Amino acid sequence: MNLTLKVWRQDGPSDQGRMVTYEVKDVSPDMSFLEMLDVLNERLILEGGDPVAFDHDCREGICGMCGMVINGVAHGEQRATTTCQLHMRHFKDGDTVTIEPWRAAPFPVVKDLVVDRSAFDRIIQAGGFISVPAGSAPDAHAIPVKKDDADSAFDAATCIGCGACVAACPNGSASLFTAAKITHLGLLPQGQPERDKRAKAMVDQMDLEGFGGCTNTGECTAVCPKGIPLSTIAQMNRDYLKSK
Amino acid sequence: MIRNVDAVTATIERGAATAPVASHEQPRPPTAARNHKGGFFRSSNGKKVVMAVTGAVMVLYLIAHMAGNLKIFFGAADFNEYAAFLREIGHPLVPHRTVLTLVEVVLSVSVVLHMWSAVSLARRAAKARPVKYAARPKSQASGYAVKTMRYGGVIILLFIIWHLLDLTFAAVNPAGPNGEPYQRMVEGFAPGRWPVTLFYVVALLLVGLHLRHGLWSAFQTLGLAGGRRERPVKLAAAGLSALLVLGFLSVPLSITIGLVK
Ligand code: HEM
Ligand code: SF4
Ligand code: FES
Repeated sequence: MNLTLKVWRQDGPSDQGRMVTYEVKDVSPDMSFLEMLDVLNERLILEGGDPVAFDHDCREGICGMCGMVINGVAHGEQRATTTCQLHMRHFKDGDTVTIEPWRAAPFPVVKDLVVDRSAFDRIIQAGGFISVPAGSAPDAHAIPVKKDDADSAFDAATCIGCGACVAACPNGSASLFTAAKITHLGLLPQGQPERDKRAKAMVDQMDLEGFGGCTNTGECTAVCPKGIPLSTIAQMNRDYLKSK
Repeated sequence: MIRNVDAVTATIERGAATAPVASHEQPRPPTAARNHKGGFFRSSNGKKVVMAVTGAVMVLYLIAHMAGNLKIFFGAADFNEYAAFLREIGHPLVPHRTVLTLVEVVLSVSVVLHMWSAVSLARRAAKARPVKYAARPKSQASGYAVKTMRYGGVIILLFIIWHLLDLTFAAVNPAGPNGEPYQRMVEGFAPGRWPVTLFYVVALLLVGLHLRHGLWSAFQTLGLAGGRRERPVKLAAAGLSALLVLGFLSVPLSITIGLVK
Protein backbone atom coordinates (compact mmCIF):
# COMPACT_ATOMS: atom_id res chain seq x y z
CA MET A 1 0.00 0.00 0.00
CA ASN A 2 1.01 3.62 -0.47
CA LEU A 3 0.72 6.14 2.32
CA THR A 4 1.06 9.88 2.78
CA LEU A 5 2.81 10.70 6.05
CA LYS A 6 2.69 14.07 7.77
CA VAL A 7 5.57 13.94 10.21
CA TRP A 8 6.70 16.44 12.86
CA ARG A 9 10.29 17.47 12.09
CA GLN A 10 12.28 19.47 14.63
CA ASP A 11 16.05 19.77 14.38
CA GLY A 12 16.63 20.24 18.09
CA PRO A 13 15.12 21.43 21.37
CA SER A 14 15.25 25.09 20.36
CA ASP A 15 14.07 24.63 16.76
CA GLN A 16 10.53 25.80 15.90
CA GLY A 17 9.57 22.55 14.20
CA ARG A 18 7.08 21.92 11.39
CA MET A 19 4.99 19.19 9.77
CA VAL A 20 6.65 17.68 6.66
CA THR A 21 4.81 15.52 4.14
CA TYR A 22 6.35 12.29 2.78
CA GLU A 23 5.04 9.65 0.40
CA VAL A 24 5.88 6.06 1.35
CA LYS A 25 5.39 3.42 -1.35
CA ASP A 26 4.93 -0.37 -1.19
CA VAL A 27 4.24 -0.66 2.52
CA SER A 28 3.52 -4.26 3.44
CA PRO A 29 0.57 -4.92 5.79
CA ASP A 30 2.89 -7.21 7.78
CA MET A 31 5.24 -4.38 8.70
CA SER A 32 5.09 -2.79 12.09
CA PHE A 33 4.62 0.96 12.25
CA LEU A 34 8.28 1.41 13.15
CA GLU A 35 9.38 -0.79 10.24
CA MET A 36 7.35 1.43 7.96
CA LEU A 37 9.28 4.41 9.35
CA ASP A 38 12.54 2.45 8.86
CA VAL A 39 11.65 2.16 5.15
CA LEU A 40 11.09 5.90 4.96
CA ASN A 41 14.37 6.57 6.79
CA GLU A 42 16.41 4.26 4.52
CA ARG A 43 15.13 6.21 1.56
CA LEU A 44 15.85 9.55 3.23
CA ILE A 45 19.41 8.42 3.99
CA LEU A 46 19.94 7.23 0.39
CA GLU A 47 18.69 10.57 -0.85
CA GLY A 48 21.18 12.27 1.44
CA GLY A 49 18.50 13.63 3.79
CA ASP A 50 18.13 13.55 7.53
CA PRO A 51 16.23 10.46 8.80
CA VAL A 52 13.24 10.96 11.10
CA ALA A 53 14.43 10.46 14.69
CA PHE A 54 12.23 8.28 16.90
CA ASP A 55 12.78 6.32 20.10
CA HIS A 56 12.58 2.53 20.21
CA ASP A 57 14.37 -0.39 21.79
CA CYS A 58 12.71 -3.77 22.31
CA ARG A 59 10.16 -3.50 19.50
CA GLU A 60 8.10 -6.08 21.34
CA GLY A 61 5.95 -3.88 23.54
CA ILE A 62 7.79 -4.27 26.83
CA CYS A 63 10.39 -1.52 27.17
CA GLY A 64 8.27 1.61 26.85
CA MET A 65 10.73 3.48 24.64
CA CYS A 66 8.61 3.88 21.52
CA GLY A 67 5.67 6.17 21.32
CA MET A 68 4.16 8.70 18.98
CA VAL A 69 0.80 10.28 18.45
CA ILE A 70 -0.63 8.70 15.31
CA ASN A 71 -3.62 10.49 13.75
CA GLY A 72 -4.25 12.24 17.05
CA VAL A 73 -4.14 9.09 19.18
CA ALA A 74 -1.20 8.08 21.38
CA HIS A 75 0.22 4.78 20.05
CA GLY A 76 -2.48 4.82 17.32
CA GLU A 77 -6.08 3.76 17.46
CA GLN A 78 -5.42 0.07 18.08
CA ARG A 79 -6.17 -0.53 21.77
CA ALA A 80 -3.64 -1.91 24.27
CA THR A 81 -0.85 -1.71 21.70
CA THR A 82 2.48 0.08 21.68
CA THR A 83 3.58 1.84 18.51
CA CYS A 84 6.15 -0.91 17.83
CA GLN A 85 3.42 -3.54 18.01
CA LEU A 86 1.01 -1.62 15.80
CA HIS A 87 0.86 -3.25 12.38
CA MET A 88 0.28 -1.65 9.03
CA ARG A 89 -2.67 -3.96 8.31
CA HIS A 90 -4.74 -1.48 10.33
CA PHE A 91 -4.17 1.15 7.63
CA LYS A 92 -5.59 1.37 4.11
CA ASP A 93 -3.93 2.15 0.80
CA GLY A 94 -3.99 5.91 0.22
CA ASP A 95 -4.37 6.83 3.91
CA THR A 96 -2.86 10.04 5.21
CA VAL A 97 -1.20 9.48 8.58
CA THR A 98 -0.11 12.31 10.90
CA ILE A 99 2.74 11.48 13.26
CA GLU A 100 3.60 13.75 16.19
CA PRO A 101 5.67 13.50 19.35
CA TRP A 102 4.15 13.33 22.85
CA ARG A 103 3.10 16.91 23.59
CA ALA A 104 3.70 18.04 27.17
CA ALA A 105 5.82 20.79 28.69
CA PRO A 106 7.60 18.31 31.02
CA PHE A 107 8.47 16.15 27.95
CA PRO A 108 10.55 18.55 25.83
CA VAL A 109 11.23 17.48 22.25
CA VAL A 110 14.85 16.38 21.74
CA LYS A 111 14.56 15.88 17.98
CA ASP A 112 11.65 15.09 15.64
CA LEU A 113 9.58 12.44 17.47
CA VAL A 114 11.99 11.91 20.38
CA VAL A 115 11.01 13.49 23.69
CA ASP A 116 12.92 13.63 26.96
CA ARG A 117 10.99 11.65 29.56
CA SER A 118 13.43 12.18 32.43
CA ALA A 119 10.57 13.78 34.36
CA PHE A 120 9.24 10.22 34.88
CA ASP A 121 12.62 9.15 36.27
CA ARG A 122 12.53 12.00 38.75
CA ILE A 123 9.02 10.98 39.88
CA ILE A 124 10.34 7.46 40.50
CA GLN A 125 13.39 8.84 42.31
CA ALA A 126 11.08 10.84 44.57
CA GLY A 127 9.47 7.70 46.01
CA GLY A 128 9.01 4.84 43.56
CA PHE A 129 11.13 2.39 45.50
CA ILE A 130 11.20 0.34 48.68
CA SER A 131 14.07 0.54 51.14
CA VAL A 132 15.24 -3.01 51.73
CA PRO A 133 18.68 -4.17 52.67
CA ALA A 134 20.26 -5.45 49.49
CA GLY A 135 21.45 -9.03 49.81
CA SER A 136 20.46 -12.44 48.57
CA ALA A 137 16.87 -12.67 47.37
CA PRO A 138 14.46 -13.89 50.10
CA ASP A 139 12.36 -17.02 49.54
CA ALA A 140 9.42 -16.18 47.31
CA HIS A 141 6.91 -17.57 49.83
CA ALA A 142 8.47 -15.99 52.93
CA ILE A 143 5.90 -13.14 52.97
CA PRO A 144 2.37 -14.26 52.09
CA VAL A 145 0.41 -11.90 49.80
CA LYS A 146 -3.36 -12.13 49.23
CA LYS A 147 -4.12 -13.34 45.71
CA ASP A 148 -6.31 -10.31 44.91
CA ASP A 149 -3.60 -7.91 46.06
CA ALA A 150 -0.90 -9.80 44.21
CA ASP A 151 -2.96 -9.67 41.00
CA SER A 152 -3.78 -5.96 41.30
CA ALA A 153 -0.18 -5.11 42.20
CA PHE A 154 1.04 -7.08 39.22
CA ASP A 155 -1.46 -5.40 36.88
CA ALA A 156 -0.19 -2.01 38.03
CA ALA A 157 3.42 -3.15 37.77
CA THR A 158 3.01 -3.84 34.06
CA CYS A 159 3.27 -0.08 33.36
CA ILE A 160 6.23 0.36 31.04
CA GLY A 161 6.59 4.12 31.56
CA CYS A 162 5.97 4.95 27.92
CA GLY A 163 4.21 8.26 28.63
CA ALA A 164 1.19 7.69 26.38
CA CYS A 165 -1.07 8.57 29.31
CA VAL A 166 0.48 12.05 29.50
CA ALA A 167 0.32 12.48 25.72
CA ALA A 168 -3.38 11.57 25.62
CA CYS A 169 -4.51 13.49 28.69
CA PRO A 170 -6.22 16.79 27.80
CA ASN A 171 -4.66 18.19 31.00
CA GLY A 172 -1.18 16.78 30.33
CA SER A 173 -1.37 14.93 33.64
CA ALA A 174 0.98 12.12 34.65
CA SER A 175 -1.49 10.70 37.14
CA LEU A 176 -1.90 7.27 35.55
CA PHE A 177 1.83 6.58 35.44
CA THR A 178 2.40 7.84 38.99
CA ALA A 179 -0.68 6.01 40.28
CA ALA A 180 0.46 2.76 38.67
CA LYS A 181 3.74 2.90 40.57
CA ILE A 182 2.08 3.93 43.86
CA THR A 183 -0.49 1.13 43.53
CA HIS A 184 2.06 -1.48 42.57
CA LEU A 185 4.23 -0.82 45.64
CA GLY A 186 1.41 0.17 48.00
CA LEU A 187 -0.51 -3.09 47.64
CA LEU A 188 2.41 -5.28 48.66
CA PRO A 189 3.64 -5.87 52.24
CA GLN A 190 7.13 -4.71 51.30
CA GLY A 191 5.73 -1.34 50.26
CA GLN A 192 3.88 -0.56 53.50
CA PRO A 193 6.53 1.23 55.59
CA GLU A 194 6.91 4.06 53.07
CA ARG A 195 3.41 3.97 51.64
CA ASP A 196 2.07 7.38 52.70
CA LYS A 197 5.38 9.16 52.34
CA ARG A 198 5.75 7.67 48.87
CA ALA A 199 2.37 8.92 47.65
CA LYS A 200 3.06 12.43 48.87
CA ALA A 201 6.60 12.57 47.50
CA MET A 202 5.64 11.23 44.07
CA VAL A 203 2.53 13.40 43.68
CA ASP A 204 4.48 16.49 44.75
CA GLN A 205 7.24 15.70 42.27
CA MET A 206 4.64 15.22 39.53
CA ASP A 207 3.33 18.74 40.23
CA LEU A 208 6.84 20.13 40.44
CA GLU A 209 7.67 18.78 36.98
CA GLY A 210 4.79 20.81 35.55
CA PHE A 211 2.33 18.06 34.68
CA GLY A 212 -1.35 19.03 34.74
CA GLY A 213 -3.94 17.95 37.29
CA CYS A 214 -6.18 14.92 36.75
CA THR A 215 -9.86 15.48 35.99
CA ASN A 216 -10.67 11.80 35.52
CA THR A 217 -11.33 12.05 31.78
CA GLY A 218 -10.21 8.46 31.24
CA GLU A 219 -8.25 9.25 28.06
CA CYS A 220 -5.10 7.83 29.68
CA THR A 221 -6.38 4.38 30.45
CA ALA A 222 -7.99 4.18 26.99
CA VAL A 223 -4.63 4.57 25.21
CA CYS A 224 -2.45 2.80 27.80
CA PRO A 225 -0.77 -0.14 26.07
CA LYS A 226 -0.95 -2.05 29.36
CA GLY A 227 -4.53 -1.14 30.25
CA ILE A 228 -3.61 0.37 33.63
CA PRO A 229 -7.04 1.09 35.18
CA LEU A 230 -8.31 4.43 36.52
CA SER A 231 -8.86 2.77 39.88
CA THR A 232 -5.11 3.13 40.47
CA ILE A 233 -5.68 6.90 40.52
CA ALA A 234 -8.31 6.48 43.25
CA GLN A 235 -5.72 4.49 45.19
CA MET A 236 -3.11 7.21 44.69
CA ASN A 237 -5.56 9.89 45.88
CA ARG A 238 -6.45 7.81 48.94
CA ASP A 239 -2.80 7.31 49.89
CA TYR A 240 -2.06 10.98 49.26
CA LEU A 241 -4.91 12.12 51.52
CA LYS A 242 -3.76 9.71 54.24
CA SER A 243 -0.29 11.22 54.10
CA LYS A 244 -1.75 14.59 55.09
CA MET B 1 37.70 6.77 45.57
CA ILE B 2 34.17 7.25 46.82
CA ARG B 3 33.36 10.91 47.08
CA ASN B 4 29.76 10.96 48.14
CA VAL B 5 29.20 8.38 50.85
CA ASP B 6 25.59 9.49 51.40
CA ALA B 7 24.65 8.92 47.77
CA VAL B 8 26.22 5.47 47.80
CA THR B 9 24.46 4.52 51.05
CA ALA B 10 21.18 5.74 49.61
CA THR B 11 21.76 3.62 46.54
CA ILE B 12 22.46 0.54 48.63
CA GLU B 13 19.38 1.15 50.79
CA ARG B 14 17.22 1.46 47.74
CA GLY B 15 18.27 -1.98 46.59
CA ALA B 16 19.88 -3.11 43.42
CA ALA B 17 16.65 -2.99 41.41
CA THR B 18 16.42 0.79 41.50
CA ALA B 19 18.57 3.04 39.40
CA PRO B 20 21.11 4.78 41.60
CA VAL B 21 20.80 8.51 42.02
CA ALA B 22 24.14 10.00 41.19
CA SER B 23 24.79 13.25 43.00
CA HIS B 24 24.94 15.18 39.73
CA GLU B 25 21.40 14.20 38.79
CA GLN B 26 19.41 15.27 41.82
CA PRO B 27 15.68 15.72 41.14
CA ARG B 28 15.60 19.05 39.38
CA PRO B 29 12.49 21.07 38.75
CA PRO B 30 12.09 22.19 35.14
CA THR B 31 12.03 25.89 34.41
CA ALA B 32 8.25 25.97 34.07
CA ALA B 33 7.86 24.93 37.69
CA ARG B 34 10.70 26.85 39.26
CA ASN B 35 8.41 29.17 41.15
CA HIS B 36 6.22 26.34 42.34
CA LYS B 37 5.55 26.49 46.08
CA GLY B 38 4.47 23.46 48.08
CA GLY B 39 1.40 23.09 50.24
CA PHE B 40 -1.87 21.21 50.02
CA PHE B 41 -3.94 23.88 48.28
CA ARG B 42 -1.25 24.54 45.71
CA SER B 43 -0.97 20.87 44.79
CA SER B 44 -3.14 19.60 41.96
CA ASN B 45 -4.54 16.92 44.27
CA GLY B 46 -5.40 19.50 46.92
CA LYS B 47 -7.26 21.60 44.36
CA LYS B 48 -9.19 18.54 43.26
CA VAL B 49 -10.17 17.86 46.86
CA VAL B 50 -11.47 21.43 47.19
CA MET B 51 -13.44 20.92 43.96
CA ALA B 52 -14.87 17.62 45.17
CA VAL B 53 -15.84 18.82 48.65
CA THR B 54 -17.41 22.09 47.47
CA GLY B 55 -19.15 20.16 44.67
CA ALA B 56 -20.54 17.74 47.25
CA VAL B 57 -21.85 20.63 49.38
CA MET B 58 -23.63 22.06 46.33
CA VAL B 59 -25.07 18.66 45.41
CA LEU B 60 -26.52 18.19 48.90
CA TYR B 61 -28.13 21.60 48.56
CA LEU B 62 -29.47 20.74 45.10
CA ILE B 63 -31.15 17.59 46.46
CA ALA B 64 -32.93 19.58 49.17
CA HIS B 65 -33.78 22.40 46.74
CA MET B 66 -35.24 20.00 44.19
CA ALA B 67 -37.36 18.20 46.78
CA GLY B 68 -38.59 21.57 48.09
CA ASN B 69 -39.58 22.74 44.62
CA LEU B 70 -41.90 19.77 44.24
CA LYS B 71 -44.11 21.40 46.92
CA ILE B 72 -45.51 23.50 44.09
CA PHE B 73 -47.68 20.53 43.12
CA PHE B 74 -49.49 20.83 46.48
CA GLY B 75 -50.84 24.29 45.64
CA ALA B 76 -50.16 27.94 46.35
CA ALA B 77 -50.88 27.89 50.10
CA ASP B 78 -48.57 24.94 50.78
CA PHE B 79 -45.77 26.35 48.64
CA ASN B 80 -45.87 29.83 50.14
CA GLU B 81 -46.04 28.40 53.62
CA TYR B 82 -43.00 26.27 52.86
CA ALA B 83 -41.12 29.31 51.56
CA ALA B 84 -41.98 31.20 54.74
CA PHE B 85 -40.94 28.21 56.86
CA LEU B 86 -37.46 28.26 55.27
CA ARG B 87 -37.00 31.73 56.71
CA GLU B 88 -38.14 30.62 60.15
CA ILE B 89 -36.06 27.47 60.71
CA GLY B 90 -34.88 27.47 64.32
CA HIS B 91 -37.05 30.47 65.24
CA PRO B 92 -37.41 31.64 68.02
CA LEU B 93 -34.15 30.04 69.15
CA VAL B 94 -32.32 32.01 66.48
CA PRO B 95 -33.42 35.21 64.71
CA HIS B 96 -35.36 35.12 61.42
CA ARG B 97 -33.41 33.95 58.39
CA THR B 98 -30.40 32.77 60.44
CA VAL B 99 -30.29 29.28 58.99
CA LEU B 100 -31.15 30.46 55.49
CA THR B 101 -28.40 33.10 55.59
CA LEU B 102 -25.96 30.49 56.83
CA VAL B 103 -26.86 28.23 53.90
CA GLU B 104 -26.43 31.14 51.51
CA VAL B 105 -22.99 31.95 52.89
CA VAL B 106 -21.79 28.33 52.74
CA LEU B 107 -23.07 28.03 49.17
CA SER B 108 -21.45 31.28 48.03
CA VAL B 109 -18.13 30.22 49.50
CA SER B 110 -18.49 26.83 47.83
CA VAL B 111 -19.22 28.34 44.41
CA VAL B 112 -16.19 30.64 44.68
CA LEU B 113 -13.79 27.92 45.84
CA HIS B 114 -15.15 25.49 43.24
CA MET B 115 -14.49 28.00 40.49
CA TRP B 116 -11.07 28.89 41.88
CA SER B 117 -10.12 25.25 41.73
CA ALA B 118 -11.58 24.80 38.22
CA VAL B 119 -9.78 27.86 36.88
CA SER B 120 -6.41 27.03 38.41
CA LEU B 121 -6.58 23.43 37.15
CA ALA B 122 -7.50 24.66 33.67
CA ARG B 123 -4.55 27.06 33.71
CA ARG B 124 -2.24 24.29 34.90
CA ALA B 125 -3.48 22.10 32.06
CA ALA B 126 -2.87 24.83 29.49
CA LYS B 127 0.70 25.27 30.77
CA ALA B 128 1.32 21.53 30.67
CA ARG B 129 0.55 21.41 26.93
CA PRO B 130 1.91 24.57 25.33
CA VAL B 131 2.12 23.00 21.84
CA LYS B 132 -1.17 21.53 20.64
CA TYR B 133 -1.50 18.49 18.40
CA ALA B 134 -1.83 19.15 14.68
CA ALA B 135 -4.16 16.21 14.20
CA ARG B 136 -7.45 16.79 15.97
CA PRO B 137 -7.12 14.59 19.06
CA LYS B 138 -9.74 11.85 18.88
CA SER B 139 -11.27 11.07 22.24
CA GLN B 140 -10.64 7.43 23.11
CA ALA B 141 -12.60 7.44 26.34
CA SER B 142 -16.35 7.11 26.31
CA GLY B 143 -18.37 9.92 27.77
CA TYR B 144 -19.66 13.20 26.47
CA ALA B 145 -20.22 14.71 29.92
CA VAL B 146 -16.53 15.18 30.63
CA LYS B 147 -16.17 17.53 27.63
CA THR B 148 -18.88 19.84 28.97
CA MET B 149 -17.33 20.35 32.41
CA ARG B 150 -15.53 23.64 31.80
CA TYR B 151 -17.82 25.48 29.39
CA GLY B 152 -20.84 23.86 31.06
CA GLY B 153 -19.62 25.20 34.38
CA VAL B 154 -19.51 28.73 32.98
CA ILE B 155 -23.06 28.42 31.59
CA ILE B 156 -24.24 27.02 34.93
CA LEU B 157 -22.68 30.03 36.66
CA LEU B 158 -24.50 32.44 34.35
CA PHE B 159 -27.65 30.47 35.01
CA ILE B 160 -27.20 30.72 38.79
CA ILE B 161 -26.86 34.51 38.49
CA TRP B 162 -29.98 34.81 36.34
CA HIS B 163 -31.84 32.43 38.61
CA LEU B 164 -31.07 34.53 41.69
CA LEU B 165 -32.15 37.73 39.91
CA ASP B 166 -35.32 36.00 38.71
CA LEU B 167 -36.70 34.04 41.63
CA THR B 168 -34.72 35.12 44.68
CA PHE B 169 -34.45 38.88 44.30
CA ALA B 170 -37.26 38.99 41.71
CA ALA B 171 -35.50 41.84 39.96
CA VAL B 172 -36.27 40.38 36.54
CA ASN B 173 -39.45 38.56 37.52
CA PRO B 174 -42.84 39.79 36.24
CA ALA B 175 -44.40 39.33 39.69
CA GLY B 176 -41.83 41.70 41.16
CA PRO B 177 -40.15 41.71 44.58
CA ASN B 178 -43.50 41.94 46.35
CA GLY B 179 -45.03 38.90 44.66
CA GLU B 180 -45.66 35.72 46.63
CA PRO B 181 -43.16 32.91 45.86
CA TYR B 182 -45.85 30.83 44.14
CA GLN B 183 -46.91 33.75 41.99
CA ARG B 184 -43.30 34.41 40.98
CA MET B 185 -42.92 30.84 39.81
CA VAL B 186 -46.19 30.77 37.84
CA GLU B 187 -45.61 34.14 36.21
CA GLY B 188 -41.91 33.47 35.72
CA PHE B 189 -42.53 30.33 33.69
CA ALA B 190 -45.71 31.46 31.93
CA PRO B 191 -45.89 30.26 28.28
CA GLY B 192 -45.14 33.79 27.07
CA ARG B 193 -41.77 33.70 28.83
CA TRP B 194 -40.68 30.58 26.94
CA PRO B 195 -37.12 31.84 26.22
CA VAL B 196 -36.53 31.97 29.97
CA THR B 197 -37.89 28.47 30.40
CA LEU B 198 -35.72 27.27 27.53
CA PHE B 199 -32.65 28.70 29.25
CA TYR B 200 -33.64 26.85 32.42
CA VAL B 201 -33.99 23.60 30.50
CA VAL B 202 -30.61 23.95 28.77
CA ALA B 203 -28.84 24.93 32.00
CA LEU B 204 -30.43 22.05 33.90
CA LEU B 205 -29.39 19.54 31.26
CA LEU B 206 -25.85 20.88 31.64
CA VAL B 207 -26.12 20.52 35.43
CA GLY B 208 -27.11 16.91 34.78
CA LEU B 209 -24.08 16.30 32.58
CA HIS B 210 -21.84 18.17 35.04
CA LEU B 211 -22.95 15.93 37.87
CA ARG B 212 -22.90 12.76 35.82
CA HIS B 213 -19.15 13.16 35.48
CA GLY B 214 -18.61 15.31 38.56
CA LEU B 215 -20.18 13.01 41.15
CA TRP B 216 -18.13 10.05 40.01
CA SER B 217 -15.06 12.22 39.67
CA ALA B 218 -15.48 13.49 43.22
CA PHE B 219 -15.55 9.94 44.59
CA GLN B 220 -12.46 9.14 42.56
CA THR B 221 -10.71 12.30 43.80
CA LEU B 222 -11.44 11.44 47.42
CA GLY B 223 -10.16 7.91 46.84
CA LEU B 224 -13.56 6.32 47.39
CA ALA B 225 -14.25 4.93 43.93
CA GLY B 226 -11.51 2.40 43.27
CA GLY B 227 -11.68 -1.23 42.25
CA ARG B 228 -15.04 -2.96 42.41
CA ARG B 229 -16.78 0.22 43.47
CA GLU B 230 -16.12 1.92 40.14
CA ARG B 231 -19.23 0.65 38.33
CA PRO B 232 -21.73 1.11 41.18
CA VAL B 233 -20.43 4.62 41.85
CA LYS B 234 -20.71 5.54 38.15
CA LEU B 235 -24.25 4.15 38.00
CA ALA B 236 -25.28 5.98 41.17
CA ALA B 237 -23.81 9.23 39.78
CA ALA B 238 -25.81 8.86 36.57
CA GLY B 239 -28.97 7.93 38.50
CA LEU B 240 -28.79 10.83 40.95
CA SER B 241 -28.02 13.31 38.13
CA ALA B 242 -31.02 12.09 36.12
CA LEU B 243 -33.26 12.28 39.18
CA LEU B 244 -32.17 15.83 39.96
CA VAL B 245 -32.68 17.02 36.38
CA LEU B 246 -36.12 15.43 36.07
CA GLY B 247 -37.21 16.77 39.46
CA PHE B 248 -36.05 20.29 38.68
CA LEU B 249 -37.46 20.27 35.13
CA SER B 250 -40.89 19.02 36.19
CA VAL B 251 -41.74 22.35 37.87
CA PRO B 252 -41.16 24.95 35.11
CA LEU B 253 -42.44 22.58 32.41
CA SER B 254 -45.65 21.87 34.34
CA ILE B 255 -46.24 25.61 34.55
CA THR B 256 -45.55 26.14 30.85
CA ILE B 257 -48.04 23.46 29.78
CA GLY B 258 -50.61 24.77 32.27
CA LEU B 259 -50.61 21.85 34.70
CA VAL B 260 -49.78 24.27 37.48
CA LYS B 261 -51.36 27.71 37.35
C1 HEM C 1 -24.89 23.73 40.72
C2 HEM C 1 -23.65 24.03 40.85
C3 HEM C 1 -22.50 23.03 40.76
C4 HEM C 1 -22.40 21.77 41.28
C5 HEM C 1 -23.43 21.05 42.12
C6 HEM C 1 -21.11 21.24 40.89
C7 HEM C 1 -20.64 19.99 41.23
C8 HEM C 1 -19.41 19.48 40.83
C9 HEM C 1 -18.82 18.25 41.28
C10 HEM C 1 -19.44 17.28 42.28
C11 HEM C 1 -17.63 18.12 40.65
C12 HEM C 1 -16.63 16.97 40.77
C13 HEM C 1 -15.45 17.29 41.59
C14 HEM C 1 -14.26 16.47 41.17
O1 HEM C 1 -13.96 16.42 39.97
O2 HEM C 1 -13.61 15.89 42.04
C15 HEM C 1 -17.46 19.24 39.78
C16 HEM C 1 -16.38 19.44 38.96
C17 HEM C 1 -16.17 20.56 38.19
N1 HEM C 1 -16.94 21.70 38.20
FE1 HEM C 1 -18.68 21.94 39.15
N2 HEM C 1 -20.47 22.17 40.12
C18 HEM C 1 -21.28 23.28 40.03
C19 HEM C 1 -21.02 24.48 39.40
C20 HEM C 1 -19.87 24.72 38.67
C21 HEM C 1 -19.53 26.01 38.08
C22 HEM C 1 -20.36 27.28 38.23
C23 HEM C 1 -18.34 25.82 37.42
C24 HEM C 1 -17.51 26.78 36.60
C25 HEM C 1 -17.33 28.02 36.79
C26 HEM C 1 -17.95 24.44 37.58
C27 HEM C 1 -16.82 23.86 37.03
C28 HEM C 1 -16.37 22.59 37.30
C29 HEM C 1 -15.23 21.99 36.69
C30 HEM C 1 -14.33 22.60 35.62
C31 HEM C 1 -15.09 20.71 37.26
C32 HEM C 1 -13.97 19.72 36.99
C33 HEM C 1 -14.35 18.81 35.95
C34 HEM C 1 -13.56 17.56 35.92
O3 HEM C 1 -13.19 17.03 37.00
O4 HEM C 1 -13.37 17.08 34.82
N3 HEM C 1 -18.89 23.80 38.35
N4 HEM C 1 -18.56 20.07 39.92
S1 SF4 D 1 0.34 4.05 32.67
FE1 SF4 D 1 0.23 3.06 30.62
S2 SF4 D 1 0.36 4.78 29.19
FE2 SF4 D 1 1.11 5.56 31.16
S3 SF4 D 1 3.33 5.25 31.14
FE3 SF4 D 1 2.45 3.40 32.10
S4 SF4 D 1 2.16 1.97 30.38
FE4 SF4 D 1 2.47 3.99 29.43
S1 FES E 1 10.11 -0.36 21.36
FE1 FES E 1 9.93 -1.25 23.36
S2 FES E 1 7.82 -0.93 23.76
FE2 FES E 1 7.98 -0.27 21.70
